Order: sequence, then C-alpha cells, then structure tokens
Amino acid sequence: MSEPVSALRRARYAGFVTVEEAGLQGMVQIRGDLSSDAFTSAVSDAAGVPMPGLREASLDGRNGLLWMSPDELMLLCPYPEADRAMARLQATLSDTHHLALNVSDARAMFTLQGNGVRDVLAKLAPVDMAPDAFRPGMLRRTRLAQVAAAFWLRSDTQAEVICFRSVAPYMMELLSTAARPGSAVGLHGG
Amino acid sequence: MSMRLPTGGRLTDRSYRMEFTFNGKRMTGYAGDTLASALLANDQLLMGRSFKYHRPRGPVASGAEEPNALVNLGKGDRFEPNQRATTTELFNGLTATSQNHWPSLEADIGALNTHLSRVLPAGFYYKMFMYPRAFWKHVYEPFIRQSAGLGKAPDAESRDADSYEHFYHFTDVLVVGGGVAGLMAAKTAAQSGAKVLLLEQSAHWGGRAPVDGGTIGGQSPEDWTDATLAELQAMPNVTLRSRTMGAGVYDHGYALGYERLTDHAPEAPGPRHRLWRIRAKQIVTATGAIERPLSFAGNDIPGVMLASAMRDYLVNWGVSIGDRTVVVTNNDDAYRTAIALKKAGLDVPAIIDARSYGGGALMAEARAMGIRVEQGRGVAKVLGGKRVTGVAVCNQLGEGAVLDEIACDAVAMSGGWSPVVHLWSHCGGKLDWDEAGAFFRPRAGAAPTDADGKPFVSVAGAADGHMTLAGLLQDAAETGAAAATAAGFDAAQTVAPEAEEVAEKPLEPVWLMPQGARYDLRMKAWLDYQNDVKVSDVQLAAREGYESVEHTKRYTTLGMATDQGKLSNINGLATLSNALGESIPQVGTTTFRPPYTPISMGAIAGEAHGALFQPVRQTPIHAWHEENGAHWEPVGQWRRPYCYPKGEEDHAQAVIREVKAVRQSLGLLDASTLGKIIVKGPDAGRFLDMLYTNMMSTLKPGKCRYGLMCSENGFLIDDGVVARIDEDTFLCHTTTGGAESIHAHMEEWLQTEWWDWQVYTANVTEQFAQIAVVGPKARMLLEKLGGMNVSKEALPFMAWKDGTLGGFPVRVYRISFSGELSYEIATPAGHGRALWDLLCARGAEWNITPYGTEALHVLRAEKGFIMIGDETDGTVIPQDLGLNWAISKKKVDYLGKRAQAWPHMTDPARWKLVGLLTEDSSVLPEGAYAVADGTNANGQRNTQGRVTSTYFSPTLGRGIAMGLVLNGPDRMGEVIEFTHIEGFTVPARIVDPVFYDPEGEKQNV
Repeated sequence: MSEPVSALRRARYAGFVTVEEAGLQGMVQIRGDLSSDAFTSAVSDAAGVPMPGLREASLDGRNGLLWMSPDELMLLCPYPEADRAMARLQATLSDTHHLALNVSDARAMFTLQGNGVRDVLAKLAPVDMAPDAFRPGMLRRTRLAQVAAAFWLRSDTQAEVICFRSVAPYMMELLSTAARPGSAVGLHGG
Repeated sequence: MSMRLPTGGRLTDRSYRMEFTFNGKRMTGYAGDTLASALLANDQLLMGRSFKYHRPRGPVASGAEEPNALVNLGKGDRFEPNQRATTTELFNGLTATSQNHWPSLEADIGALNTHLSRVLPAGFYYKMFMYPRAFWKHVYEPFIRQSAGLGKAPDAESRDADSYEHFYHFTDVLVVGGGVAGLMAAKTAAQSGAKVLLLEQSAHWGGRAPVDGGTIGGQSPEDWTDATLAELQAMPNVTLRSRTMGAGVYDHGYALGYERLTDHAPEAPGPRHRLWRIRAKQIVTATGAIERPLSFAGNDIPGVMLASAMRDYLVNWGVSIGDRTVVVTNNDDAYRTAIALKKAGLDVPAIIDARSYGGGALMAEARAMGIRVEQGRGVAKVLGGKRVTGVAVCNQLGEGAVLDEIACDAVAMSGGWSPVVHLWSHCGGKLDWDEAGAFFRPRAGAAPTDADGKPFVSVAGAADGHMTLAGLLQDAAETGAAAATAAGFDAAQTVAPEAEEVAEKPLEPVWLMPQGARYDLRMKAWLDYQNDVKVSDVQLAAREGYESVEHTKRYTTLGMATDQGKLSNINGLATLSNALGESIPQVGTTTFRPPYTPISMGAIAGEAHGALFQPVRQTPIHAWHEENGAHWEPVGQWRRPYCYPKGEEDHAQAVIREVKAVRQSLGLLDASTLGKIIVKGPDAGRFLDMLYTNMMSTLKPGKCRYGLMCSENGFLIDDGVVARIDEDTFLCHTTTGGAESIHAHMEEWLQTEWWDWQVYTANVTEQFAQIAVVGPKARMLLEKLGGMNVSKEALPFMAWKDGTLGGFPVRVYRISFSGELSYEIATPAGHGRALWDLLCARGAEWNITPYGTEALHVLRAEKGFIMIGDETDGTVIPQDLGLNWAISKKKVDYLGKRAQAWPHMTDPARWKLVGLLTEDSSVLPEGAYAVADGTNANGQRNTQGRVTSTYFSPTLGRGIAMGLVLNGPDRMGEVIEFTHIEGFTVPARIVDPVFYDPEGEKQNV
C-alpha cells in the first residue's frame, strides 16, 4: 500500500510567526439538520467532542468539529481514522437524510505559531482579529487574500488555517510573506 | 536667498547631518528635515517647472497641499515621479531630480510658452487641435506628449523593489488627523472605553498648533501635545499611527489608511507601505485647514509662499526663505509670520493688509516691533523672474496703479483658511458657505449616513470651521465624545482645557488683488500653480458659457493636477462666481474624491505581485508536469499541461506525437481538474433530472451516463459524465472551469427553488487525483498493476468500480473522451503523484505517453465530441449541436426546457453543428466565418456559419474542423467558403462531425 502525502509535506517558514504545513489531517465533511438532536449527537459521538456553536471550533487534540455553515460541519480526526469515523456516522444516521464524505485529501492545513498570529491573519482576512473580538475556539470561514479559507485559534499564539489543496503553495507563500521579519504590525501582540 | 538660520528648527536634529543629491548636486541637511526644507536650506528655491508654461516653481506650501515642489525620487527599481518634496522626509543618500524641464531646470526651452500665454488661454488645446482631424494623431498628440507632463514614467523594464501589504482593522472610532483637535477628540472618545484608532499623516503629532502658538491648559501646545500623546499611548483601547494618512472614507464606515513605513528609511526591512482597510463605527475627521493663496500678478514667482508655510519652515526646520519678506494678507493670522520672522532677526519691510480697517492685537504687536503696516493696500504685482526681487504696492480697491515699490526677496501671502473637508465629503457629507470666514464648512445635520440612515462621519476642530484654539478644542472634545456615544459607549460630557490666544479681527474676502486688476495683471495671477490656470482663464471660461464649476474645471484644468486643487479650489470657484455674477454657494464646489493625496499603486496591490499576483491551482501531479517540461495552459486558475515537448520538438510536433501515441498504444492524462460534485439524498435523482436535459434518475448504481446542463434560458452551460454511486448518491463530473459555478448553480436552485427537496451537494473536486489511462494498451497496463478485474465483462464501457490498482485505493470509470479504450482512475489526492509515477514506470513497455490539453482537444475533435466553450458560447442550445439524443422527451420538465420551445430556439434557420473538411486538407482558421452572398445593412458581407473547433488531425493527416452552419446537417457534401485573415477565402466541404471511428468500436473493446 502506498503512503499518502500532504500537499506540501510539512513545509515550514520561520518569520515573526512560524508557518508550517500541518501534514495529513483527517477531515469529514458533514451536512445535515443541525437543529436535530439525533443528528448532532451522532456527529458529536463520531467526533468525540461536543458540538460547536455558531462560527466555533470544538477541539480536543487532533479531534474536533468545525461549524462551517447552518447545515454543515467538518469533523477533524487523525488521517487514518477518517473513513472509520465516517462509517460510524453513516451507520448511526442510516435513516436520517445527511451527507458525510471523507475530504481529508481535498484540503491543506497550516499552523501558525507565535505572538503575531493575529497580525498575520489580519493582513490577509477581513476579520476583526482583536483579542476581545476573536477568541480561541472561534472560527471564521472567509478568504485569505485571493483564496477561500477557514481558520481558528487554538490559543492566543497558535492558529490553524485550512484551504483547498490546489492552492496550498499559494497559501504557504502568502502566510510566509505576511510573517516576514520586519513586517510585524505590532497591534495584537506581534 | 533661502538659508538655514544659526538656530531654531524644532523638528530638526542638528547633531545628525544627512547627505543627499538634487539634480546630481551634493547637498546636506539634518535629520528631521523634509526634502523641501533641506533644499531651501541649500538655497535651492527653484524645484521644478509648471505643466503648461514651464514657469519656474518653488514651494508655495509646507505640507500635503503643495502643488509645485514635485520631484523624481530615487533611481532604477525605486524610481518614482511626482513626489512632493514637502512631505518627503529626508534620509541619507536620497537622490532627487527636478521635473518637466529641458534641457535643464535653470534654462528651460519650454518656458517660451510663458511668452506665448496670450495665445495659450483656457481651452486653447480644445480649440486649436480639433482640426484638421488627421493632425491630432500625427502632429498634435506627439507634440503635446513631448512638451506636457510632469514626472517621467518609470522605465518599463524596472520592477518595484519594495513590498507592500494590506491590514484589516476594526475600531469603534477612527480619528483622522493627529493635530490638537484630533488628539482631543481621540482622548474624549477613548475615555468612554471605545476602541480608538488615531491616524496622523506626518511623522509628528500636534499639527500646526506648536507653530502657531497660544496656550492649552496653561501649557504650550507642544507640551500639551506630548502630555496628551503619552496619555493616549497608555490607554490599551487606543491605537496611534503616525506617517499614516486617512486616504478615503467610503460607505458603511469603511475607510482607508495609507501607512508609509520605510519611505523615510528605505534600507529598513519590511513593507514600504501598508494599506489599512478600516471598518469604523464612527469616523471623526480632524483634518485641519489649509491656507489659501492670494490672487495677484506674479503670485507664482519662486519666493512667494503661503504665510503659514514660511512660518513652518522657520519654526520647524530653522529655514528662512528670504532676508527681506513682505507679508500680504487679508486676515490677522499672517501677522504671526511677520512677527516670527522679525523675532528671528529677519527683515520685514512691510505688511500689506488688504483690509482698510487693518488687524487687531497682532497688528499692534507688529507695529510695536517697528514693522510698517499698509492698510487697504494690495500687491499690484510681484517683481522678479526666477525669484522675487520686490513688490509693487497699489490700492486694493483700484486697478493696480503702482503707489510704491518695495524691494524684498520673499513674499508671504495669506488669503484666509479653508477647512479640509475632503474626508467629510468623500461619502456625501454636505457643505455650507461660511460668510464670516469665507470658507466652506461641513453642514450640521448633513453627514454621510450609514445603512440605518444614521450619521457615521463627524468633524472636529479647524476642519469643522473652528479657527480659534479654544473653539476648536471644545469642538473636538464634544465631537470625540459624541462619536463614542454614537458607537454605543457612554461618553462623559467633556470640557476641553482652557486655551488662550489673542483676539483677531475678521478677515475680508479677497478673491483678486487689486479687486479691479487690469487684464495684464489678471493673466499673471495664478489660481492653479501646477496646471497653470490663472484668473483670466476662469473668467474666459465663464464668458464662453461655462456656468457649472465641474465643466469649468475640466475646460480650464483647474484643480485637475496631482494636488487636486487643494490650494486653487476655493479661489477658482470664487473667481468663477464673480465672473458669473452668482454667489459662491450657488456655484458650489467640485466633487471631493478619495484618496486625499495620491497613494502608491503598490499599496493598492498589497501582497498581490510576483508569486502572489494570482493564485495558481496545482493538481497533485503538477510537480511532475513541471519536471517534465510541460508547456502550460491556464484553465481558470489551474495550470494544465498543453503538451510536453521533447528535445527539439515544437509544440505542434509534440501534440502530433502525443495524439499518435494515444491512438496507437497508450497515453496518460492528468484529469484531476475536472469538477466532481457529490449529490446525495432521497430526492437526488429527481434533482438531477431537473438539472440535466436527459434522464439521470433511471441510471443504475455502478453505471455512468453523459449529460448536458442548460441554464433556465435554454443555453448549454456544462456537460460531463454522471456516475451513480448508490441509490441516494450521484457523482457529477463537470468541466474544469465549471466545478465551482455548477456547484453554486446547484446550491442556488436547492436553496431558493427546491428548498424542500432532500438533497445535499458537496464539491469534492480536490479530494481526488484523476488519471486517464487511454489507448489500445490501457487494459493491459491496468492488468499489469493488478488488484481488480478491469475486463470488458467486469467493467464494461460506461461503468465504474471501486477497488485497488497496484496497491492504490481507486475508483475506476470506463469512460472515454478520446474514442479509445479508456479508464479514468480516481485516487485520493495524497496518492495521486505516486500512482502517476507507477503508471509511467509500468507503462514504459508500451511507450506510455503523457499528453496535454491540446492532444485532448484533437482526440475529442476527431471523434466529433463537443467542448463547452468551443462549440458553446452562451448562445448555443443542445439542439444546435445535434445533441437531441441527450434530451429526454419523456421528462415533464428540466432547466431550459421551456426556453428551448421558444420560437427563436426552434427556428430552423439556427446554425447547426457539422464537420468541415477543407478541399486542400489545410487547417481552417479559428473562428473563421462562412461567407454568403450579398451584404447586410452595414455593408458587411453576409455570413452563413462559423468555425467552432479546428485542428490538424495527426490520425487523418489533414485539417479537420467543426462549425455551426445555416441548415448545415441538410447540406452534406456542399462546399462553402470560409474567410481567411489574409483576405482570400478557403473552400471547405460540409461533412459529418465524427471523423474517427463513427461506430464507436474502439472505445467499446
């Protein structure tokens, strides 16, 4: 069996924030009725984390649930477990109209580490990155410069970004450019 | 001469010298200098030439409003024209050159124009260059381009060496302007707890107040500024940015800030400019006021300067413009300049005050210092050429008869002050004419409004017309508090600190000096210095019927230069209103548009240049293509290999080789970019029946079906193969360019029309690498890899199956876009490159040949398969393409069905798809039209068809084409003529569009 590879094989750049492609990450795209307890409890069980609120990320290590839209969630898990998590969900929801797809290979994930993570993201996304406005556990589906992306904070110094795999090289260059030494804005602890 | 005084200069650090060059001449200045102050300190008063007459020009102002002192700055990749010397901070090694002169700044041939100015009045170009028509392109335009213009365009081959970026910022209150009013407004707003962003365009806080004097709360304005700044810096809810101009105000509280990070230190790391994209709940503009020139003859001669600017050069940079300065004014403020000059030990031979009643306490102070004050007098004209040598004094109420001549080498003028209302006006704030101050000021209750109809811009201080220190501070304190309240905070009622200053007598509006100036004086009285517009030009425009200020602006070019009329606007429209016999508010102002001063193209582009100019989407196999010499074709944002030239091959030869390899043995195509959309749910079949023209609900799981998608207007928008995964689930392939738009199309119908249908969609395009293994040897290769049965029986044409191949998890589709035996293999993207490599290695024995998009096109055209975007252009329906077989007759409805029944759509005269073979086997030109007899109403040749696809077919060894032709399918065998760009026509025979294997035997083996 061939070993799959992530888009950029953990490319890394150390600027005033360290940018790293996070490697393989299990992702299951889920659509369904978020107001249904049966659906949300099945999703929560499959992910092993509580349901996230509106525009939130519910995280526990490599596992998590991301609120993506009023009828869409993204389940995060270790890469090899995505098919199992999907199967578990499909079994529980066999009689419920829903969609669950393993999309682990469709995306790339990046981690940003450093005091200036908010500044780096504020250069690229039209999002209020002030600490009182965007707190760890919150999530935004937005754009970074010219491509669609979602991001959330794990802490005040660590962010995670996902985008489509085809634009991973653009995203790496973009985040690295925004994190270039000497370009810190110094507004949100950069 | 202009020079550095032995002492003074509150902004300069005389312990730090800096070297720079101007027109190659080495000069020195001090840290804290602007380029303008440093040039003046080196007696370089002449800094450029004007646009039209090439008149000698020195600085008339000291800040952003400067129209004259524009220079070429930097060299090579850092060259930039039209940079204002007054806002360019000096740095070590700065190089500047002057603009718009030939052969040199001192001796300029274009200056002859000034002697021709009698025959070059407003509108001259419009009148002169209209006739004869043909002269414009060949004579007039080249001449004008040579003689006009300011700075040089950068070299076309140079590349900006700097980086730029954007920054998104959200705040409760944005305060634009870091003078005392801005500081005061920011402070009262911030005390409520609101987040405040305060922007100051220059490097220094406090604005003009430290130069103009007075006291604030018992402190000097400078000390008060420092103390207030320290207070603001200590507040966590306040963000302060100097060297950041509030450039524009837009709808919904959006504003742009233009931060100049390294203009003053080009070697420093980091971006040069940062564009702040600000969302503010409330915007306070504390943008101050700009002094107006007076319109008298010779007011453009170097050495004539705004009184406030002369004071700035003296106090801020310790620079004098001349030894003997005559002050000309219509208000008390200019007396401050006279007093400051006198105190600095310089000579002030006279103050010419246009007011018969003269000034107040400041006049008394000046007189007490021994300065001669002439009341009710004006300047008839300034004497001198490249610099001032004296002034001729006259009665302000007369025509300009000279009473006296006073020798001097500088003139300080003041025509009063105009509030900077630009940012207030950008988004629709209205103005009122203030009779007492003779200026436009923001109209109370007519602020720009937000989505709820509530005001979101307010004005503080001098920008609001409050011209006294006490008045502007109180106004700013109240405005800041009100802005915080409007942003949802509880701002305490704030009282500004007490401010003391001397009482002033009212200004008297003076729009022309002397008021009855003769024509020869009026035609030397400048309004717009940069574009050379004079009082006489605006009066001429009025006489010629230009009543609207907007039309006059464009006819005379008043205010159209890079300074956008910051100095000339009010004087110009007052002149126009006098000429028209209307009041100033009746004439009104021209439109204020952002940015306040020009911002760099780099700042607008932000990071989007070089590698980040545009995202390039890459398939998982992209790197292999790159390593193997692919010639790229952009397809949407993807890059796809067009072909893979080998050795000395050109592209055409490579395509021929690739096509032949597919037909004869084995080809390999990266098809990952094709759209893949999952449609799932109990109503999925019903939904797809509506989206596609043919029936999808009857498709059996495990099978594939080709389908067409139309817009509700009937036009073909996409095509592709649909695979049924299980009872509830379909996978729809789309074209490469259609993946996102078709997914959006599906969601739109689901969300707006069929919201009660149980269907979910997901775009999984990027989850899979998809590789087409194509050619007679395709099955042998897959069998060699092993892992699943790919025989005709196990996996027949138009079926799909999950399994493994060579250890890879795959889904294999037996579909063909080439007419050959073909398998499209989908594997998770993370395996894509490895699977491709394996196929290449194992396929070597059959000379496996990767092929690009051009071979793909040729292969499909040989088979008569249509291509969205070639055979379709948004006006073509499936029936035009002979695709009736793919349109269900049984279905009650599908998107486009009703439109396709319109009379126009069923018109038998619609052009229809046929094949075309040239009589001489040549390749028809792309897009060529088939000509018909006669001409249309426009005298153009009638047409009866056009080429949609045309290629050289390596398989047939000749040109093949498809096209849409009038009654085409009924005219088989007929020869029609196609246009050729070189003027002749090419005969081509109408044939069936399927050129290769019409029975479809090859793909079904």
